[in-house]
Amino acid sequence: MIDMPLTHILVLGAILFSLGILAVIVKRHAVVVLMGIELVFNAANLNLVAFNRYQPELMGGQVFSLFVMVIAAAETAVALALVLKVYQYFRTINLDQIRQTSED
Amino acid sequence: MNTVLLLFYVFGFLAILAAAFIVYTRNVLYAAFGLLVTLLSLAAIFVLLFADFVALTQLMVYVGGVLVLILFGIMLSNRVAGRAIQSESVNIFSGSLAAGVLFSWLVYFILTAKDILKLPGPDLVNNSVAAKSSITTIGIRLITNFALPFEVTSFILLIALMGAAYISTPEHHD
Repeated sequence: MIDMPLTHILVLGAILFSLGILAVIVKRHAVVVLMGIELVFNAANLNLVAFNRYQPELMGGQVFSLFVMVIAAAETAVALALVLKVYQYFRTINLDQIRQTSED
Repeated sequence: MNTVLLLFYVFGFLAILAAAFIVYTRNVLYAAFGLLVTLLSLAAIFVLLFADFVALTQLMVYVGGVLVLILFGIMLSNRVAGRAIQSESVNIFSGSLAAGVLFSWLVYFILTAKDILKLPGPDLVNNSVAAKSSITTIGIRLITNFALPFEVTSFILLIALMGAAYISTPEHHD
């Protein structure tokens, strides 16, 4: 029953990671870039949970995937606060149209 | 083919499909719903991997928290009401090239590391550890082996949320 092949789980993680990186590179809407970063986080989480089977007593993989989720939540909160601030100032969140970092 | 393996392939395929839809679609709201499907499929895969607490946390933190935050971000940064929020794509060729190279590099290392990955893992089904819920073990590990990372993460979360609340409040001119 546990013969779920580890290689396939890792390949699934690799696919999700690459798609997240692709979304980060290709998309210009700041929130979609954030979604790509979430995909990368989830791919890392999948790998951590998959490798957890080698130490079921210590639960290191699952515990660290919980830490990853906490960091992701914190990152999303800060990023969306920045997105709202940038939108109030520039009236756009297209990353290619935001060129100045300070008002001068 | 047993049921668990079949379910894993179904949910994995669903996750990949929804993640590809995030990259493909131009509508930002549709991309958010694609992310929702990916997160739910990954929660199902976590359940299949005997990580019930991680799956529940995935549902509560990601689907209930992060995704709602993202939806709020989309709604609040939208100038024109009544029109779909579009997201243009640039660097499609170089982006696909970079992602493809990264993916083949990762798969190459996964396949060549086969002798390491074939280490016999413990039989979780017959193991008494997996017979009960993983919540007890995780709770004990969080306050013993991983106490320092746990505290550091909680501080990071506190600081980040305070910073986010400070950034997003309107400026007070006093």
